[in-house]
Amino acid sequence: MQSSHDPMKASAAKDAAVIEVADVVKAFGGLRAVDGMSLSLRAGEMIALIGPNGAGKTTMFNLIAGSLRPDAGSIRVGGVDVAREGPDRRIGRGVGRTFQIPRPFAEMSVLENVLTGAQAQAGERPWMNFLVPGRIAAQERAAVDRARELLDFVTLSRLELEPARVLSGGQRKLLELARILMADPRVILLDEPAAGVNPVLLELLIDRIVSLNAAGKTILLIEHNMDMVARLCGRAVVMAAGRLLAEGPPAQIARDPAVISAYLGDVA
Amino acid sequence: MIDLLSYGAFFLSVALSYAIICLGLNVQWGQTGLFNVGIAGFVAIGAYVSALLTTPETVDHLGGFGLPIMAGWLGAALATGFATFLIGALTIRLRADYLAIATFGAAVAIHLCILNLQSVTSGPFGIGFIPRPFANLADRPLAFSLANFALLAAVVLALYLALEHLARSPWGRVLRAIREDEPAALALGKSAVRFRLQAFALGGAIMGLAGATQAHFIGYIAPDNYQPILTFQVWAMLIVGGSGNNRGAILGAVVVWGIWALSGSAVASLFPAEQQARAASLQIVMIGLALCAILLWRPRGILGEARIMSRHVLRRSPPATPLPSTPSET
Repeated sequence: MQSSHDPMKASAAKDAAVIEVADVVKAFGGLRAVDGMSLSLRAGEMIALIGPNGAGKTTMFNLIAGSLRPDAGSIRVGGVDVAREGPDRRIGRGVGRTFQIPRPFAEMSVLENVLTGAQAQAGERPWMNFLVPGRIAAQERAAVDRARELLDFVTLSRLELEPARVLSGGQRKLLELARILMADPRVILLDEPAAGVNPVLLELLIDRIVSLNAAGKTILLIEHNMDMVARLCGRAVVMAAGRLLAEGPPAQIARDPAVISAYLGDVA
Repeated sequence: MIDLLSYGAFFLSVALSYAIICLGLNVQWGQTGLFNVGIAGFVAIGAYVSALLTTPETVDHLGGFGLPIMAGWLGAALATGFATFLIGALTIRLRADYLAIATFGAAVAIHLCILNLQSVTSGPFGIGFIPRPFANLADRPLAFSLANFALLAAVVLALYLALEHLARSPWGRVLRAIREDEPAALALGKSAVRFRLQAFALGGAIMGLAGATQAHFIGYIAPDNYQPILTFQVWAMLIVGGSGNNRGAILGAVVVWGIWALSGSAVASLFPAEQQARAASLQIVMIGLALCAILLWRPRGILGEARIMSRHVLRRSPPATPLPSTPSET
């Protein structure tokens, strides 16, 4: 998570693109939801993907997250083309995602939800639980300690043994954040983190996202809340009709006539 | 009194052999959500593999190989696990209802193979003289029944402990996560296909072991033992006991087998001999009625699904922290 102490190396690492999407196309029947879109995400950056309803943001997000496979174009993570890989391979590439409508494992405890995010657990192979029980127990204890730290981070500790179904919408977003952090991804994709979250909890969520970015996590978020985008992101990428419409600092984007026109519905 | 004890041990032995099948189904359905409607086929594979491995050599069918009973049971579990893995590799990506159709088709195909591959399975004549555990006690019915009951109880206990250990392991946790929300589990790097296939094959191996124990307990098997009614009985047992609960699977097997045995006695005493074959179908009706009654009383089964957690999760009480709605300083 921390960059190198060598300033030259740190600068080079910052400039490297961790995600590089080039000329991606995704059609559903006759509708080209994403139509030749490109996007680059540099290490340590926090950017927003914005656009009017139907612009193709969620499709683009799902393409990057691996939930959809593109019809054309390439998606590179750390220089490797992952366009044909399934969503379960993304976390191994260091890319984690949350969902617009949170998807907790409702009947599992809050703590076990977070534990499910742990990677490379020997105990996930059934026979290993009988062959090396001591090693599995040690790994599980370490995972529980880490999960508890993350629940402290998102202030859900006191609910750790409750089933996730009892959480409010905002708490579920925090739980999803903790769950994906358990996998320790380099890049976090946040799908509308502010949607449906009460203002007090939203401040907490923003605070945690800023902390994560400051700690070196690269973050891409879809968000409609422009105040939040302006507070969080150094760069915003605007999509309309499946294509790139504009790109730049949020304050500049907000004044762009083409962007204003797209939001008012003039873009076909 | 001795007869009653002897019958009780016999009854529980049969019920426990069904409990083993139920434990296998609980891995597949209760923990993973895999809708297997081909149980009878997987039980049949185990029964025939163990019978072929352990019976004396004969010209009537393949083998037998005259191996010890334990080798037969192990071979049955491994062969059925492998067969289930192969069937699963083809079908596990199917949605629940299509998986049900595919597994039903697999069971029908297995039944037809057993019926028609006469040189291997002896076809409709079945396989007899399957060695029975504690055969040296056969002239003492009570000791024989109690010894078999103790053996089956030990097998069920060992399976129960192993499956509880697995359910509380990271593997069991991932299975529950996939069952609850597959896209969310995929986003966490959990390959739903791999975990489902493992659970399907493990459940199949347990069903195969159950088939072997039944074959050796009765001493004779035939294709008609493995009709869809067996699948129905096992599903009824798991639903009655409590899907997702290993204790429920065992309890359900005992309760439903009890209803089955009682209804059999009722049919025998209420109907004249010439009508009893036709009246036997009332046993299925009684199981259905009992199923409805229990589900009205306990919709999640007698025991319901147990809340399973890693023992490490319960290691210490949670620390006191601010309320979630109160942002804390970072």
